Amino acid sequence: MAAANSTIRFRIVFIIFWLILFTDQVLVLNYFGLPWKEALIDSGISNFWLMLLSMLIINTLRFYLPRGNQYINIFSICVFLSILWLILTRFILKLSLGYYEGYRELLQSSLSIRYSIGFLVLGCVTMIGILWFNQKEQHDYERRKSDAEKLAREAELFKLRQQLQPHFLFNSLNSINALIGSRPEEARRMVQQLSDFLRGTIKKEETQWVTLQEELQYLQLYLEIEKVRFGNRLATEIHVDEAAGSMKLPALLLQPIVENAIKFGLYDTIGETLIRLFAKKNGDQLEIQVINPFDPATSSPRQGTGFGLKSVQRRLYLLFARTDLLTVETVSPAEGEKDNTFITHVNIPQTGL
Amino acid sequence: MSKVIIIDDEPLARSVVNEYLQKHTGMEVVQECADGFEGLKAIQQHQPDLIFLDIQMPKITGFEMLELIDQPPAVIFTTAYDEFAIKAFEAHAIDYLLKPFSQDRFDKAIAKYTEQKTENGKNTQELLEAAAHSPAQNQRVVVKNGSKIKIIPVHDVFYLEAADDYVKIHTPEGYFLKNKTMNHFESTLDPQQFVRSHRSYIVNVQQITRIDPYEKDNHIAILRSGAKVPVSRSGYGKLKEVLGL
Repeated sequence: MAAANSTIRFRIVFIIFWLILFTDQVLVLNYFGLPWKEALIDSGISNFWLMLLSMLIINTLRFYLPRGNQYINIFSICVFLSILWLILTRFILKLSLGYYEGYRELLQSSLSIRYSIGFLVLGCVTMIGILWFNQKEQHDYERRKSDAEKLAREAELFKLRQQLQPHFLFNSLNSINALIGSRPEEARRMVQQLSDFLRGTIKKEETQWVTLQEELQYLQLYLEIEKVRFGNRLATEIHVDEAAGSMKLPALLLQPIVENAIKFGLYDTIGETLIRLFAKKNGDQLEIQVINPFDPATSSPRQGTGFGLKSVQRRLYLLFARTDLLTVETVSPAEGEKDNTFITHVNIPQTGL
Repeated sequence: MSKVIIIDDEPLARSVVNEYLQKHTGMEVVQECADGFEGLKAIQQHQPDLIFLDIQMPKITGFEMLELIDQPPAVIFTTAYDEFAIKAFEAHAIDYLLKPFSQDRFDKAIAKYTEQKTENGKNTQELLEAAAHSPAQNQRVVVKNGSKIKIIPVHDVFYLEAADDYVKIHTPEGYFLKNKTMNHFESTLDPQQFVRSHRSYIVNVQQITRIDPYEKDNHIAILRSGAKVPVSRSGYGKLKEVLGL
């Protein structure tokens, strides 16, 4: 769309420029004594050929852009083309206007000034053409680059999901297998939860925005499944301010953060684990904290899952062009406790939705 | 009567094994454990004939736990998804069960166990060698210190020293012994960080402050802790390469 618009604009400017050039020449010739009719014909023929040559230059530039050290060639081409133009128009003008008395003299004496104008116009057209196409090339290059990045990102996310899911999926199926024998009702419920969870992962698009309430409902499925898997080892607390519930965030953004918390807080600790999530409204930002314990001796959430949190950081950067929206901190264990605490902070601006 | 221990961090996963075992007379579950530490204690206490072992568990993996046992019992691994472990199993394990597994598949594993009871120990050693190359396991070293288990992140290791059948692992908290060979560590630790500077020494290059000439042809590496590690001529070449000198 934008490219088409700029092409149309370019053509309009081109036509206006030639109309001015054309009228100007008519007025000047008339001023020097040529009647209106002859002045119009002269100007028409000269400018028609000049325009044709300019279009030739522009079309050439479209497919072949000179590089830095070839500007001398361009200069000589302009010189050559303006000479060609001069000889051509002189010949045609002589043929078509030679009948008018004194025209040949006028033509002869104005050759040098005609040449200068022709050269200037062709030079300008070339310069502008080069600039314009260069900019277009740059623009295309940037678009390609961002497209490539987007593709790479999607592939990376897809791979990431693939890496995270199988372990979770097969273990959940194993839990269901265990429940079928002893507690079939619970098995049935878990099949439901797992299906809803998987459907959510497949269905949601990364570009979609959802309310915190929706995202939490979805996370709840995930946490419920983990609770079945690990029995009463996992406890969760979710505190959401009233104002925060309806605030929005990119779909599936919280998911990897909570997965990270589970990975270090639950998969790598012994005994009961509490994972907490706080969400509140702070000005025009949605502020979320996820808090989990971890053992620094066996894991480092900062490096280990690098990719879990890194992909979140990258998404936030692409959406808001800011790198400070996701921060993490580790807190040493309080007296009488053995595990460190890991806190993930996410801020989601509500502007520009 | 075979004594059995089930080690898995998920209670439901343990209950499946328990349930499937009901059919098999002559098998008695003496204990269920939720992690490698409990597992290790239980194995030392009960001396079981067979263990069902999950790989992905808190703190230490199933492989790391096995490494700490001098005479490991027969092992049937149970795991959901771990590409690396599965590769190791395919080569050396008695049997492994991919979760979720059926009673039929489980029965086959038990049959396999009863057939090859005798040669289990050897297989387990080979399996552990293969598994030690997994990405998770070259980030840390798990050692037994008396009855305690110590997890040493590799960046904390100063250097390793050969000591008869053991390897001395020098750390800020003193040294720990591990019943492995120098070749084992040389092949499993990251070669960009750990260099075999000498037949009997592997040094953490990040700990080196300087390398001095020492006698003829030899050098000596001075570490941040002040420790001195011998560097042979070929070791010096390797160090220079890694350090980009």
